[in-house]
Amino acid sequence: MENSILKVEHLNAFFGEAKILSDIILEIPENQIIALMGPSGCGKTTFLRSINRLHELTPGARTEGKIYLFEEDIYKMNLIVLRRKIGMVFQRPNPFPTMSIFENVISGYTLNGISLSKSQKEELVEDSLRKASLWKEVQDNLHKKGTFLSGGQQQRLCIARSLSMKPDIILFDEPTSSLDPISSNKIEELLLDLKKDYTIIIVTHNLQQAARTSDYTAFFYLGELIEFNKTQALFSNPAKRQTEDYISGRFG
Amino acid sequence: MLFDQKNKTINNREDKKLHKVLLFEKIFQKSLGLTGIILIIILISIFITLTITSIPSIKHLGIKFLYGKAWNPVTDEYGALPFLIGTLLTSLLALIISSPFALSTAIFLGEYYPKGLVSNIFKNIIELLASIPSVVYGFWGIVILVPIVRNLETQLHVLPYGVGILTSSIILAIMIIPYSVSLSRQVISMVPPSLKEGAYSLGATRFEVIKKIIIPHTRSGLFASILLALGRALGETMAVTMLIGNSHYIPKNIFSPGNTMASVIANEFTEATGSVYLSVLIEMGLLLFVVTTLINISGRQIIKRYILH
Repeated sequence: MENSILKVEHLNAFFGEAKILSDIILEIPENQIIALMGPSGCGKTTFLRSINRLHELTPGARTEGKIYLFEEDIYKMNLIVLRRKIGMVFQRPNPFPTMSIFENVISGYTLNGISLSKSQKEELVEDSLRKASLWKEVQDNLHKKGTFLSGGQQQRLCIARSLSMKPDIILFDEPTSSLDPISSNKIEELLLDLKKDYTIIIVTHNLQQAARTSDYTAFFYLGELIEFNKTQALFSNPAKRQTEDYISGRFG
Repeated sequence: MLFDQKNKTINNREDKKLHKVLLFEKIFQKSLGLTGIILIIILISIFITLTITSIPSIKHLGIKFLYGKAWNPVTDEYGALPFLIGTLLTSLLALIISSPFALSTAIFLGEYYPKGLVSNIFKNIIELLASIPSVVYGFWGIVILVPIVRNLETQLHVLPYGVGILTSSIILAIMIIPYSVSLSRQVISMVPPSLKEGAYSLGATRFEVIKKIIIPHTRSGLFASILLALGRALGETMAVTMLIGNSHYIPKNIFSPGNTMASVIANEFTEATGSVYLSVLIEMGLLLFVVTTLINISGRQIIKRYILH
């Protein structure tokens, strides 16, 4: 196994009294794509949101257990630092509607009140948009509002926004579920491109997507991590009964 | 044969029923439209009657009414400028005082406590502010606020009237807070969670999310809420009349006594004996109507042009 970047130890997550995740133990290898799959309500999104501690935003939500990013306990880390190291892309593209494409890309910096020189900004914007393979489509319209773009372009803009923070990990919460097939394909290709430099954790409902893009797959069911393995191994030879039932379409 | 006949009667009965339903639908729609039209007719007829009854004044004073500074019913000299200034000054000052309070309350309720016990208590108490009769505000102002302002004025070495522009503005500010809070709170709580999460996921703190996501996103709504409050402040009569000092001169500073258009009308309507005098007061009402409408329309234009894109 490659170097692990994220180590999850006995993670439990709750909404009020309801236990959403129970005793998750997982080590996530660096520069790989990790797919989290499972039926609705299995806790995969909550797990994803625990990694950058977005879970805590919901009133009544809390977690127990430890998550280490490069040996550092994320629950003891400064939230700002943590969220810069672990970026996130959401289910529906959410570019900031009051900002232009340019401003959206560097919004992580402006939000935190970090000032950049003009050349730094330009470099960062071009670089991030190129990595998100959006540069060619928007380079002449950088100062237009990001909300004028198509859904797929908006999603890549959100990816560029995360990339501009130079994160170690990027979390994707069903990033293609609101997109058409062509835009989805582009995002999937992009994911494969990005894994050179980043570790990618992606929640997906789409089994084919998990099989096509990921190196590792984690299967969640009813708040528990049932199985975690190399994607090929998990799909061709699932160790657990529930996994087999799920990937063969018997439930979910 | 028999079957056919039976079928026909059933069809007939159903047709009649359907016809009835459609007729009701039509009547319902028409009556809804009618109430709307009645409101428009009322508005227009108020405007027309105000204009007609102002004719003697308009004939007597002409355009001088708008910029004249003198107010002398004995010699039939009337200028509305001091009151126009008084109205705008008290209202704007009230906005300046109330907006920070309204905005922070709205953020507190819209973002920090959108629902739950705390929010309900606050919301109800703030809405209660709107239900206090304005004469009670005026009374409270005379008893509590006037001595405080007088004290302040003595310390600042200005004439200690107690009553005046500032005192009325403070009362107005308190009176209009519920209006701006209720709208801006709603606008703030409607900011899509996905946008806020997007900002949080980039490392923004709550303050940064409020400052750079929520406020920019709700600018037009916040502006509209201020406008709503302004509309209310411009026409507020009773409390202001009790606290403004009723002086017929252009206020020299915010501590001077003054008069607003509404308070002049309220104060002098009963003693307006001459036909011109009465007509002048009605013209003042017309002017207040026009000013309020103009401010509302221009506010809407500002929202459309600069804020909504």
